[in-house]
Amino acid sequence: MSDADPAVSAVSLTKRFGDVVALDDVTFDVRSGELFGLIGPDGAGKTTLFRLLTTLQLADTGSARVLDLDVVKDYRAIRARIGYMPGRFSLYADLSVEENLRFFASVFGTTIEAGERLIAPIYSQIARFADRRAGALSGGMKQKLALCCALVHLPELLLLDEPTTGVDAVSRREFWDLLATLRVEGLTIVASTPYMDEAARCDRVALIQHGRILEIADPRAIGARFDRPLLAVRSAERVALLRALREHPYAHSVFPFGEAVHYTDQRVDREASEIAAELRRHLAARGLTDATVSVTEPGIEDVFMALMQRAPKAAA
Amino acid sequence: MSTASASSAIEVRSLTRRFGAFTAVDAISFDVAAGEVFGFLGANGAGKTTAIRMLIGLLAPTSGSARVAGFDVATQAEEVKRHIGYMSQRFSLYEDLTVRENITLYGGIYGLSDRAIDERTAALVDRLDLGRDLDARVKAIPLGWKQKLAFSVAVLHEPTVVFLDEPTGGVDPITRRQFWELIYATAAQGTTVFVTTHYMDEAEYCDRISIMVDGRIAALGTPAELKTRFERETIDDVFVHLARPGTAA
Repeated sequence: MSDADPAVSAVSLTKRFGDVVALDDVTFDVRSGELFGLIGPDGAGKTTLFRLLTTLQLADTGSARVLDLDVVKDYRAIRARIGYMPGRFSLYADLSVEENLRFFASVFGTTIEAGERLIAPIYSQIARFADRRAGALSGGMKQKLALCCALVHLPELLLLDEPTTGVDAVSRREFWDLLATLRVEGLTIVASTPYMDEAARCDRVALIQHGRILEIADPRAIGARFDRPLLAVRSAERVALLRALREHPYAHSVFPFGEAVHYTDQRVDREASEIAAELRRHLAARGLTDATVSVTEPGIEDVFMALMQRAPKAAA
Repeated sequence: MSTASASSAIEVRSLTRRFGAFTAVDAISFDVAAGEVFGFLGANGAGKTTAIRMLIGLLAPTSGSARVAGFDVATQAEEVKRHIGYMSQRFSLYEDLTVRENITLYGGIYGLSDRAIDERTAALVDRLDLGRDLDARVKAIPLGWKQKLAFSVAVLHEPTVVFLDEPTGGVDPITRRQFWELIYATAAQGTTVFVTTHYMDEAEYCDRISIMVDGRIAALGTPAELKTRFERETIDDVFVHLARPGTAA
């Protein structure tokens, strides 16, 4: 496989479970050496996609190649060359940190020492707990151990299903820092998350909802996908503000956004400053005299919501 | 907010809890006003859970005091429990019961009359547009609906304060905002909302937040105040700065 070949190439993957369409005609590539994010809520199809790519389940239709190998015909070869960290903590709670790592190394016919190159920077952070039972580790430490176990056989592709769900903000940041380090080592990484703010840590992201990929983009450039001005409106009277904005005759979308409310207008070609001035008058006329309106840059959540509203299936 | 007033729904004064030689909560003091949405943040092990267990009357303080809904958590724990609601991330809903059965069950537990349960069920169905799903089992409804239902059930008895433990994990951004609007509407009616979360972008939706580090409150203010004070762009950056000094944030 040359560097030009994608590490993952999925074409029209579809998977149903009874009446539920978990994946609906999913096509995408992950470039070799890239940190690729799958961003979407619970139930979007992220885990199913990992199961197909890790050869644990078969697609109903469509095909996928991983490291230039077919997920159906070449499943054995793929399994030896990928590392997979499932969403649920799947280490042995009654084995110690070191025993878990040794076990996973032996399953892949290797040793902890042979895996040193990739795991050393991570293992050094948990080495002082080597004798502790895995079940007694904190959430952040468990994630680091699971990551070591997924890396001990020096895989070329690392697949991480919601690695940061349930861990605190500091541990999350440390975990993404570790992934950035691994990426520098040349590893290709696909990581999923329901938390949109983590998209910024990826080279490219796929936004996924109801089994469909809504968009694939560089997270730094994703604001460019937004087709109209976005305004941030603030007032101490939050409930009244939301109501007043929705009553605006040209309101297109009105969403709370942290301390502000994000507003878009139906008139796509109107200047942002013109809409802002109009909103100020509209809100003042409704007694919201403290309201401020400013033009703001759309973030990934703004884009995700705009795409959701355009998608044929409504939000749950 | 500097002093306790008649409108404080939560008043905490030098609240302390030790476990042996370890001080999990170290003389924390703060007030939460009626109708305020208050975010209570902290890293794992910072003492958040211990503090909350004291505030909801499940754990006695070692020293200091706290009043919740006007009742002392140490001496009037049963009264405290009657005047609060609680929703956890793992929802307290029964998956094998229908939506209606869950509402009725909790109404009964909270001691509401059959008539009050009927009235509030009707109001809730109207507000959440639950009509179609009223007789569906909870396990069959989407995650976003479950969260809204779990919240509505937690405030069914119209508590003075409702505690939300990581309420909106895993849902899409539109559903999450619908959830926050439900919180705002409840707060606007005077219910105090006390939220804990690991996700700092969530904290930006609160009126004020506190950040606990090593058993103490390291910062307290509106999200905008804290970002200005610590010269950081996001609450996530403020949090990492306080919780792990020396980390690039």
